[in-house]
Amino acid sequence: MARISGVELPSHKKVGIGLSAIYGIGRSLAHKILGQAEVDPDTRVKDLTEGEVNILRKIIEEGDYEIEGELRRKVSTDISRLISIGCYRGIRHKRGLPVRGQRTRCNARTRKGPRRTFGTKKKTK
Amino acid sequence: MGRSLKKGPYAEESLLRKIKRMRKETKKPIKTWSRRSMIIPDFVGYTFAIHNGKDFQPVFITEEMVGHKLGEFAPTRKFTRHGAHSKRTIAPK
Repeated sequence: MARISGVELPSHKKVGIGLSAIYGIGRSLAHKILGQAEVDPDTRVKDLTEGEVNILRKIIEEGDYEIEGELRRKVSTDISRLISIGCYRGIRHKRGLPVRGQRTRCNARTRKGPRRTFGTKKKTK
Repeated sequence: MGRSLKKGPYAEESLLRKIKRMRKETKKPIKTWSRRSMIIPDFVGYTFAIHNGKDFQPVFITEEMVGHKLGEFAPTRKFTRHGAHSKRTIAPK
């Protein structure tokens, strides 16, 4: 079991994909790193030698990559900046609505969450 | 798609002139319809009254806002809600 950058333990998958379990590494960066480490992307993570794992760990942890906590922190400070300056994107984040101009008449469920239906306005006496 | 770097940031000429004239004067809101103007560093510290299609929203420009457009700070739409507006639903977030 390979453990890179904290809690990452890819599995029986090929390393090309296994590395993408790390937040901030996608398939393309994974393959780039593997090229640099000269490891075949098609080997299974469990078949990696100790040495290969160490090389990968070194490249990822000492390379100039924003990964895991660091990246998460960056994203959330970026969002909180947008919210604090009160711009349109900030407002959309605050309200949990799509930020990039998508329609909200229907769909947009990813941002809006499960459907909540509202009854019609009751006449008050 | 972003704007070509070659052209540099866009800000309405008249605003730039106005800023220049207003320097060191009392800071009262600058009324503008130019929502498309980018906030350039010179704007920091001024208050703009930005048109939202109906009236003018006062916005104080801070350093963090540089690089955004004026219009981003004056929403053009009013948020409305469905259903009965009890105190609970209408309470601000």
